[in-house]
Amino acid sequence: MATTTMSTTATRARTGADGLASDRLSRSELIRRRFFRNKLAVFGLCVVIFMFAIAFIGPYLSQWNYYENDFENLLQPPSRSHWFGTTQIGVDVFAQTMRGLQKSLIIGLLVAVFSTGLSAFIGSVAGYVGGRTDKGIMWIVDLLLVIPSLLVLVILSRYYQGRSWLLLVVGLTIFDWMITSRVVRGLAMSLRERDFVRAARYMGVPTRTIIARHLLPNMASIIIIAATLNVGGAILGETGLSYLGFGVQAPDVSLGTLIAEGTGAALTYPWLFMFAGASLVLTVLAVSFIGDGFRDAYDPGSAKSQKL
Amino acid sequence: MLGYILRRLLNTVVMVIIASTAGYFIASSALYPRGNYEAANPPIPKESIDAVLDRSNVNDETPLLERYGTWVSHVVRGDFGLDLDGNRINEEFGRRIWVSLRLLVIGSVVGATVGVLVGVVSAVRQYKLFDRSFSLGAYFLLSTPVFLLAILLKFGGIRFNDTIGTTFFFTQGEYSAGFEGSSFEFLVNRLQHLILPTLSIALGSIAFYSRYQRNSMLDVLSSDHLRTARAKGLTKRQSLFRHGLRVAISPMATFFAYGFGLLIAGAAFTETIYGWFGMGQWFITAVAKNDINSVTAVVTFTSVLVLVSGFLADVVLVVLDPRVRSR
Amino acid sequence: MSDVDTLRNNLIEIRDLSVTFPSEAGTVRAVRNVSLDIRAGEVLGIVGESGSGKTVMSLSMIGLLAESATVTGEINYGGVNLLSLDDNAMSKYRGKDIAMVFQDPLSALNPVHTIGRQIAEALHIHSDISKEAALARAVELLEIVGIPRPAERAQSYPHEFSGGMRQRVMIALAIANQPKVILADEPTTALDVTVQAQILDVLKTARDMTGAAVVLVTHDLGVVAGLADRVAIMYGGKVVEIGNVEEVYASPAMPYTIGLLRSIPRIDGAESSRLTSIDGAPPSPVALPPGCAFAPRCPAAAGQCDAAVPELVRISPTRMTACVRQSEIAALQSSGKLFVEGPRHVASQSSGDAVALEVRSLKKTFPLLRGSVLRRRVGSVYAVDGVDLTLRAGRSLALVGESGCGKTTTLLEILNMVAPEVGTITVLGCDVAELSKKQRLEMRKDLQIVFQDPFASLDPRLPIGDAIAEPLDNFGMSKAEQNQRVMELLELVGLQRDHASRYPSEFSGGQRQRIAIARALALNPKVIALDEPVSALDVSVRAGVLNLLAELQEKLHLSYLFVSHDLAVVQHVADDIAVMYLGGIVESGPVEEVFARPQHPYTQALLSAVPIPDPKIERVRKRIILQGDLPSPANPPTGCRFHTRCHVRSTLSPELAAKCVSDRPELTNRNVSRVACHAPLN
Repeated sequence: MATTTMSTTATRARTGADGLASDRLSRSELIRRRFFRNKLAVFGLCVVIFMFAIAFIGPYLSQWNYYENDFENLLQPPSRSHWFGTTQIGVDVFAQTMRGLQKSLIIGLLVAVFSTGLSAFIGSVAGYVGGRTDKGIMWIVDLLLVIPSLLVLVILSRYYQGRSWLLLVVGLTIFDWMITSRVVRGLAMSLRERDFVRAARYMGVPTRTIIARHLLPNMASIIIIAATLNVGGAILGETGLSYLGFGVQAPDVSLGTLIAEGTGAALTYPWLFMFAGASLVLTVLAVSFIGDGFRDAYDPGSAKSQKL
Repeated sequence: MLGYILRRLLNTVVMVIIASTAGYFIASSALYPRGNYEAANPPIPKESIDAVLDRSNVNDETPLLERYGTWVSHVVRGDFGLDLDGNRINEEFGRRIWVSLRLLVIGSVVGATVGVLVGVVSAVRQYKLFDRSFSLGAYFLLSTPVFLLAILLKFGGIRFNDTIGTTFFFTQGEYSAGFEGSSFEFLVNRLQHLILPTLSIALGSIAFYSRYQRNSMLDVLSSDHLRTARAKGLTKRQSLFRHGLRVAISPMATFFAYGFGLLIAGAAFTETIYGWFGMGQWFITAVAKNDINSVTAVVTFTSVLVLVSGFLADVVLVVLDPRVRSR
Repeated sequence: MSDVDTLRNNLIEIRDLSVTFPSEAGTVRAVRNVSLDIRAGEVLGIVGESGSGKTVMSLSMIGLLAESATVTGEINYGGVNLLSLDDNAMSKYRGKDIAMVFQDPLSALNPVHTIGRQIAEALHIHSDISKEAALARAVELLEIVGIPRPAERAQSYPHEFSGGMRQRVMIALAIANQPKVILADEPTTALDVTVQAQILDVLKTARDMTGAAVVLVTHDLGVVAGLADRVAIMYGGKVVEIGNVEEVYASPAMPYTIGLLRSIPRIDGAESSRLTSIDGAPPSPVALPPGCAFAPRCPAAAGQCDAAVPELVRISPTRMTACVRQSEIAALQSSGKLFVEGPRHVASQSSGDAVALEVRSLKKTFPLLRGSVLRRRVGSVYAVDGVDLTLRAGRSLALVGESGCGKTTTLLEILNMVAPEVGTITVLGCDVAELSKKQRLEMRKDLQIVFQDPFASLDPRLPIGDAIAEPLDNFGMSKAEQNQRVMELLELVGLQRDHASRYPSEFSGGQRQRIAIARALALNPKVIALDEPVSALDVSVRAGVLNLLAELQEKLHLSYLFVSHDLAVVQHVADDIAVMYLGGIVESGPVEEVFARPQHPYTQALLSAVPIPDPKIERVRKRIILQGDLPSPANPPTGCRFHTRCHVRSTLSPELAAKCVSDRPELTNRNVSRVACHAPLN
């Protein structure tokens, strides 16, 4: 009991003579401070920013395009002119990797945003409204969790051969939102019972206003954390599919396709897939650090129980 | 409690039906087996193509519902039909299922056990070297997709073999073809083929379980009833192992069961990379070959597996936690 | 310490104990240079509010502080400094010489082990005892602490016990190895008042049986008055007063103690009409004032008080206090300059027979569900089972009962303002069943609610000005008007206008409750429902809020419907009372009448269970201790719901006693009140 008393009094601001907080450690400042104190989170943030920068600006810095063939320099290790070396057909690996990184980053981001948005909506409705609506929605969630997503996405890849990669985003989104929606639903259910929501109900405030004014802001932190962590998962999902040939299709390039192409000769020519692999791992790692950093910053007490 | 189990069972059956039906419809819509033959040179007469397609009940000119009906009537008798070459899927299934299960079961058991152990030790030695290094390792492992891990292990194994001069790690298949020797030596050979693929699957699991177990242990460490145990006179370590462990481990049982489903996805990669002829690899080639029946068979199998493991998880939870029993 | 003390047997000597923790907001100084003695066989009460350091003190004595704590000083027991021992060495003392009873028995017991096994384990740790012998002894201990059918119940799990039973198990655990010291940290705070009475009794038995010293840590001055020999008052991490319990209560010397004793409402009505309120709130251990921790709130504070932290000084052979102005305090007090007495609670003149709220035969049942996939109904929980209430305009009605009696459900049913399952609810003359949606919305202006937990009833993301304005906004007031009204309201509840843009986390508990009250007043309601308005607040802060409520009622002609389990508060604040048990009203009437001459056995037992913060009275008072546990509302007893625990029933004639089992008594008028009993008292 001592420890709980301590932490509640510690997070309450100091009381001055007027009985009020003397230094205004507002909540957002507190969160920001905690986040930036977390070395891993800051490292993650830097890496992600770097990855985005290099993926989108890098190609302008390099003299090569990702589809150009430099026939004079086939299968060359990294050098001054070809920073990451060249492939069997003379394509500059750096340009290729950056292109692949772009694709993977965008797809990861889009899938995470859409699927988190979807789960936030569905989860809060299910959690707040409850009853039959909730049961029905949760049954569908369970069903979608049973259907093997990887397998279905592989089958569905037939539909996006020759078409835009946006269809891949749609496909990945459809199978990604379920777990987060459970989390949001749980949160909505517990918020519904909170006194300030009850108070609003007894004041006669309509449901949609309650959701907008009270529910969503209080769930925002969890949703942001979930979205961040989902980015990592989405990137891994997309690269996996692309590796097998069922994700991003030629002539488009993703980190997954690059790894697939580069594996064959990788023992003797490691640069063919090493850079793509390293960028992949680093990006996902950095994103998880950020996600964990958010989690610790918003709610240091519960960090232990949810941190991965 | 019996009623609860029966209700869960019923729910499970319904879900299997829906999942496999969905799989059938999606496969039938997305895959185009006729296309395999249409591009042939010299062209194959339409009647021949039709005959082949009819034999496997995948002729797109037959109405979908009719095909579905035929498929269901066979499936309820346990027959998943024929693939495009006229082979019985059940036979293929029978061969491959053991391959996959060997890989999956060993991988997941090793992964879960080692993972739980690492998690427990990490929590007890929180912030010390063991904890920090394994935590970092876990982060890396969790950021690495299974296929990349499998590839890296494969290369690592080949490099290792080169360094020591002989083949210690085998990276293709389940056992060396044409092997001659005693049954013990055969077993060893199999193990040598098994290590790397199993590691590919297990390492991810280890990372996952160690993190969750660590957090579960840390939660338990600060829990009230552990404090009571210490107030009775148990040392920190004693109270942790006698009182904390069981409570900390029970959530893992649930993870184990539900995580099984994820492993199956990982198996597809691992089997392809290491040349194991299991369900995952079969699935990939079947999709490439537009083989609707095989594809649907694998989807059904996977759904059943996921549901069964989920069901088992609930049963295990009931056994471990008396609070759930009285519900 | 003087020779007078060393003559007595000092079991534990605490010297210069300081405990600090690191935290986000700075160093938490939980305990500051405390020196204390615990004598063999005595009961020492340690009283304090949140942040006083009392729990940290008790945890230090048994060595169970968090890893991050920095502890300096000495705790000497039997010649050994316990603080110098490592975990293994200290473990030999824990559970054997020093035992502890914690606050929340549900989380304190291992959910997956049987009770018998957990007690047997306590025995195994410290002695070489066989399994059978340990189990047998465990059953014996269960019997000693008053658990019926102990052999059977030893095989049960913690969640199958009620809260009171679980706490008895905790006590059994504590006495298993005949400890020399029993530390009890808020052992009854989480329990109902009748159960509390039972548990305090068990503690007495435990102490008598083992001859152990008991350190009773609590915030409840009444509990201490009944049990303790000496009392130590803690504030801001220091002991500010310590002495014999009778002396301290009769003539407190330190201003904090004086204020505290005068601010708590008492059920025996001795001075209950005036509550002294203490300004401000207990300090946070992260931001302690430079000198005396109480100075910011002390009416006698002078320059010297802020200069240095006062140390305990002996003012009599049996008393020590920590106040630099000690010599002047008594004079100040008698001349009335110390604490201003609060407003006298005036029993409001009811304006005619206008009825603000009327409830007749209200029933509410919840389905009892089982299973998780396809839940089916296996029974009903009769949460509210025939309730009649009448709240007259301008008066306060208190709905009183213990947990599970259905009082909160009743309140929420009323607030829902929809036709109930059974019965009628009439708000300001209108039957809620006949209201249209629009009318209901209008009606909401007149009926508002203040919740129990001030930390949960305000949205942490809204500035308090917005929170107070929410009801105004909902009814279409313009922004400018809203602002003005918010300012008015803030002043009305005693807060400053410029606080409107701050967030709830920046206020103390008492202030947040005031904000919640301001919000409830926004629309000028006629009736305010209050669900345990002060029970989540610190003791020294309660009086302020209660006085505010009384003021507002007079000023604005409000009618209050209180829900509470704290009878002392009710005594002070309510005009009428309705006592609820297991879903039904057992007695109702004017407060003075019901308290002075209770007619229902349950009311009598309830009143008897409330501890009085006056040792002279509390120690000799005859208490009625109810037997058994509260029956489950899903399975209520036949006939009179109370008959299973009624202490009067055994004295009745067989026919009457049988009637109690077969016929449910109706609420009938008797004298000035109404009672539902076949054999009412008085």
